[in-house]
Amino acid sequence: MSDITKSELDRRSLLRRAAAVGLAATPAVGMLSACVGGGSEEKNDQATGTKSADNPLGIDPKAPVEIVIFDGGLGTKYATDVDTPMYKKKWPESEVKYTGTEQIATTIKPRLNAGNAPDMINNSGADMMDFGAIVKAGQAADLTDLFAAPSFDIPGKTVAETLVPGAIEQGTYDVEGGRKPFAVNYSFTVFGLYYNKKLFDKNSWTVPTTWADFTALCDKIKAAGIVPFAYAGANASYYMVRAIMTSAAKIGTEQVLKDLDNLKPGAWQAPAIKQAAEAWGQIGARYMNKSFLGLRHTEVQLQQNQDKVAFYPCGSWLENEQAASITPNFEYAVMPYPSVTAADQLPATAINAAAGEIYFASTKGTNVQGGKEYLRVMLSKAAALEFTKLTKSLTVVAGAADGQTISPGLTSGNDMLSKAGKDIFMGYLWDTWYKKMNDASLEAVNALMFSGGDAQKFCDTMEKVAQEVAKDSAISKNTRV
Amino acid sequence: MRHGKYPFIIGFLAVPVALYAIFVVGAYLQMFRLSLTDWSGYGAFKDVGFDNFVKLWNDEVVWTALRHNGYLLLLLPIVTIAIALLFAFLLNVGGGSKGGMTRGVWGSKVYRVVFFFPQLLALALVAVIFQRVYGPDKSGMINGLLPDSWEPWLFLADENWALTCILIVLIWQAVGFYVVLFSAGMGSIGQEIYEAAALDGATRITLFFKITLPLLWGNVQVAWIYLGIAAFDAFALVNIMTVNQGGPNNSTQVLSMQIYLNAFKYSQAGYASAIGVVLFFLALSFAWLTLRVTRRDNATA
Repeated sequence: MSDITKSELDRRSLLRRAAAVGLAATPAVGMLSACVGGGSEEKNDQATGTKSADNPLGIDPKAPVEIVIFDGGLGTKYATDVDTPMYKKKWPESEVKYTGTEQIATTIKPRLNAGNAPDMINNSGADMMDFGAIVKAGQAADLTDLFAAPSFDIPGKTVAETLVPGAIEQGTYDVEGGRKPFAVNYSFTVFGLYYNKKLFDKNSWTVPTTWADFTALCDKIKAAGIVPFAYAGANASYYMVRAIMTSAAKIGTEQVLKDLDNLKPGAWQAPAIKQAAEAWGQIGARYMNKSFLGLRHTEVQLQQNQDKVAFYPCGSWLENEQAASITPNFEYAVMPYPSVTAADQLPATAINAAAGEIYFASTKGTNVQGGKEYLRVMLSKAAALEFTKLTKSLTVVAGAADGQTISPGLTSGNDMLSKAGKDIFMGYLWDTWYKKMNDASLEAVNALMFSGGDAQKFCDTMEKVAQEVAKDSAISKNTRV
Repeated sequence: MRHGKYPFIIGFLAVPVALYAIFVVGAYLQMFRLSLTDWSGYGAFKDVGFDNFVKLWNDEVVWTALRHNGYLLLLLPIVTIAIALLFAFLLNVGGGSKGGMTRGVWGSKVYRVVFFFPQLLALALVAVIFQRVYGPDKSGMINGLLPDSWEPWLFLADENWALTCILIVLIWQAVGFYVVLFSAGMGSIGQEIYEAAALDGATRITLFFKITLPLLWGNVQVAWIYLGIAAFDAFALVNIMTVNQGGPNNSTQVLSMQIYLNAFKYSQAGYASAIGVVLFFLALSFAWLTLRVTRRDNATA
């Protein structure tokens, strides 16, 4: 016979392979139900002890506590090398069971639904769980007693009193029985326009505070053959959304953003939003080419490190994220978004800084109070300082890292914070509350920035989505005051 | 032999059937159940009747996604099968006959292996590789090859072409497998049939259409169904490669992506299940229709 009959793979094994492929290709629907949970409302038996001055949360000193930390940009060292030893020092008989994972939802969601969750969970990363839904399902513990408890190492103050303004509000949700805090948003992120200080010094470019100065500088940068401003449209449009939101708040105060959070009809049509979108849309049309729509944050950030991009809108995690790409000719610095108009209600120094990175105690654990105690340890001044040293991120513990020189970007961010003084605003929460609105905003902002800068269209699109969300009874609502 | 037959068969089947029942049938049943609830994905749920399906009917994005699945369904099977048939024919019969034996084009043994390579790569890897191939600036592989004076092509950042870029990757990845499938099929076609036709003076094109294709019909049919199901899926590529998972402006949105977003991002597992139910029936009717329409009496070798 000829060689065609001698092919290595005979027909039957091929068909078998084919069947396997067919199975694998059947839509991922089946996966959905992998985590169907009981609708059980029963409470786990909780380990508790007697409350005292030394034990304000009333934990059982002998009960083990289980914690889960997201193993991502911040690493896990702060938990394993700082927080856990501090907790163990205070409660030597309580065993700390620790897990680090990159897949929070995959590993934790089934356990929450099954009612045997860890006591304290760090909900973060690409695979984070929808925290609003967790609160609504009664799976997160009320943290009122934690925030009212005395601070771990700052005498005379409660935990709440040691935190930056807005830190608790960020984790507060409307539930039956009123507004209650359910999350500790631990890291404190400063948002602004990041640039290479060395590049700017070399060209004697100065930091602009007005929009006219900003565009004039962008023209100069463009003339030097550098893209003046860019963001990554493929997966980091939310940095751009935040830039527009920040500008809008500077024009018309934070109330503009609160209206968005409260899904107030017409909120997206407010003049401040439109002015901000208009101004940024022009930046997009004049200085950014369409290829950035297809690029990812890693690619654009690398371009900035190579001095191909001048300004990049981001948060203070950027420096740590890019640590491996920073050359000796590069030094991160950050500036506030310039004032859009002369009539802006907040000064040019005003900035958006917000708490992020959710940590919560779960009602589906067996030692919820222990989980809260672990959080109290994390919120101590000593632990917060170590966290900042390890991760180059500030924490919500006010002033914990003051007077420390850790890195140029962090110092620059700290500077910006102190110059802003009281004009620091927390920003907005609709992006975490209403994920659908968040996704719509990513598309809308890309359209605004890459397709000619039609501000009215941006406002119209977002207004429509906001009203759809407001009407959808399947989406649980929150309010801001 | 007769006595031992059933225990023997059961012994072989028990484990796979159990696995299938738990992880496929069970999952589907739960999906049907959930599609009638308002489950968020966390905690308890209540029944809402057919509300999810009403909502789905009025959801523009779902319709857009459906259109895109339709586009893939139309083009993925036909293009893949055409290319795979051509390659398989060239590999096996395309070299003409020598000494009464048909043979492939020169080097066909090497090609046979090379064609199969894409199949060996995990889909996620393929997606990441093609992300770089499609890079929208000069650092992209294709744009890097284009002359410097040209404006870079946007590929996935271009609303009009993004879905076609995904389609091309799907085809690229699938072709190799079907080349091998069809090659194996061609191997089972009797040498004497080709010989007889060649004696009658049939050209290579006649050989292909009058002998190879009809005798391969069963394989083509199977390929059509598998590729159709793949066209209903396309999740991995869309999820990893596209702008904002389904963008720009929903131009690469597909049903599987909508299921994922609703289930895991928007916390509407009930609604996602409803989309899943729709997808299930679409895939089922597609397979049934394909088998009906392509039925050829006595031609299924």
